[in-house]
Amino acid sequence: MRAGAISKRQLSQRTAFSLLIIATIIVIVPVLVIVLQIIINGASAISWEFLTQEPSQAGKAGGILPAIVGTFYLMLGTIVFALPLGVMAGIYLTEYAKENWFTRSINLAIINLAGVPSIVYGLFGLGVFVLLFHFGMSLLSASLTLACQALAMTVTTSREAILAVPREYREGSLAIGATRWQTIRHLVLPQALPGIITGAVLAMSRAAGETAPILVVGAAFLLPGLPQSPFDQFMALPYHLYTVAAHVPGMPKSTVWGVALVLLVVVLSFNVLATIIRLRARQRRFNA
Amino acid sequence: MKMNSILSNNKAVGQNETKLRTEAVSLYYGNFQALRNISLEIPERAITAIIGPSGCGKSSFIRLFNRMNDLIIGARVKGQVELDGIPIYDTTIDVVELRKRVGMVFQKPNPFPMSVFENVAFGPRRHGINKIGELEEIIKRSLHQAALWDDVKDKLGQSALSLSGGQQQRLCIARVLAVEPEVILMDEPCSALDPVATLKIEDLMRNLAQKYTIIIVTHNMQQAARASDMSAFFMMEEDRAGVLVEYGPTSELFTNPKDKRTEDYITGRFG
Repeated sequence: MRAGAISKRQLSQRTAFSLLIIATIIVIVPVLVIVLQIIINGASAISWEFLTQEPSQAGKAGGILPAIVGTFYLMLGTIVFALPLGVMAGIYLTEYAKENWFTRSINLAIINLAGVPSIVYGLFGLGVFVLLFHFGMSLLSASLTLACQALAMTVTTSREAILAVPREYREGSLAIGATRWQTIRHLVLPQALPGIITGAVLAMSRAAGETAPILVVGAAFLLPGLPQSPFDQFMALPYHLYTVAAHVPGMPKSTVWGVALVLLVVVLSFNVLATIIRLRARQRRFNA
Repeated sequence: MKMNSILSNNKAVGQNETKLRTEAVSLYYGNFQALRNISLEIPERAITAIIGPSGCGKSSFIRLFNRMNDLIIGARVKGQVELDGIPIYDTTIDVVELRKRVGMVFQKPNPFPMSVFENVAFGPRRHGINKIGELEEIIKRSLHQAALWDDVKDKLGQSALSLSGGQQQRLCIARVLAVEPEVILMDEPCSALDPVATLKIEDLMRNLAQKYTIIIVTHNMQQAARASDMSAFFMMEEDRAGVLVEYGPTSELFTNPKDKRTEDYITGRFG
């Protein structure tokens, strides 16, 4: 053992670790700066009135209640369509589909679905839901449009959650004369549920943040009152943020930051919720 | 090895009716032939051991009887497999009904991640029994039969995953018993267990064999000698296809093997 060789190896090891740490810090700095900046600048705008009143003077005064409510409706509408479809497709692809060109092309399509730019979904929604189906510029059209976009995620997460259920469970169930569907329904799905819900919650939080697609299928800048039916137009936080930031002269800066803060809290709280569900499911599995 | 004392357990089962029969069965996974031309008759209410070196198709062989090989893409069966004289690969056979009659216990204990009670109730529930009183009866009976009742009677509501390995395997046996099968296939049921737990399972098998037809795959020669009535010795041929070398009463196969290869294997010269 020569001391020189070791120190050289250790030196290169230290250099590598240092570089990796620096890279990691660089990665998290923008996130921290963004979050801190939004909190610092936006906190002063947050008040009970801001959260519970309708906007006045083109959003310069009053609150953003309709945008908050609209965003929640949108999340709900998205998941109502995207979750059942995604889970059913996930089950089919993992449990029933045979390995052939048809399945392979479906898988390819799902992967590519995630890569389609969101404004393209918007135009698709405009063409199909707004015009062809005559749903008009509405909450329904926007929910369906966002659901199409969310499908890539719900299918993928459902499929992964289902695949993660050990094969031994399925064999044990089939070997005592349960049908495949019974095995899926009573054994696989309950096990996969936390994973599926985690995916659904993440899909919702993503839907909450989308701006471009809803722009063309039903979001409005200012509306009197809250949407009363799925066929009404609606306000939504990201679109509201875009307009108050870019299109209203004389807008108080703190209001803009305030809208951003509310949007951030909505999205982040859903991400945290997803993490909690995942952690609790994992804990339950280990402690069982 | 003092074979004669070990072999004292074996029953003469020559008079028992044939429960399962294979005739010239070959099994293929795609282009690979896993089993070649296997013909044997398995007597009812007895324990038949399948022994042989790793990879010789023992597991594939017992999975013929509950059609678990069907789950493998590209698996094909040629020849005849019969349960009570009925060809089970016939297109009119309901596989789900077949698996209810031919239960299976796996190498690694695989209790479901639910309570002890729900594990045993899983099968009966799937077969349409939902009255809680009826289920309680079944669960009590099955756990008794699996020699597990005393261990778990106070923790039926606890997670099955909290049981020891041996208890888990007996729970899996109880889960199979709960659907009242006629045949129980056991694929190396003790390979993940310690010697004490292994002996418990063997005792249990002996008791169950009064009522059920049991086929057990085992790597453990002593286990086959101790616990089985009939033994079948499988081996791989040049092309890695499994063939049946010798089949007969365990006492004969272990004391007076007819085939040189059987003798070499059981005396530990290879495998």
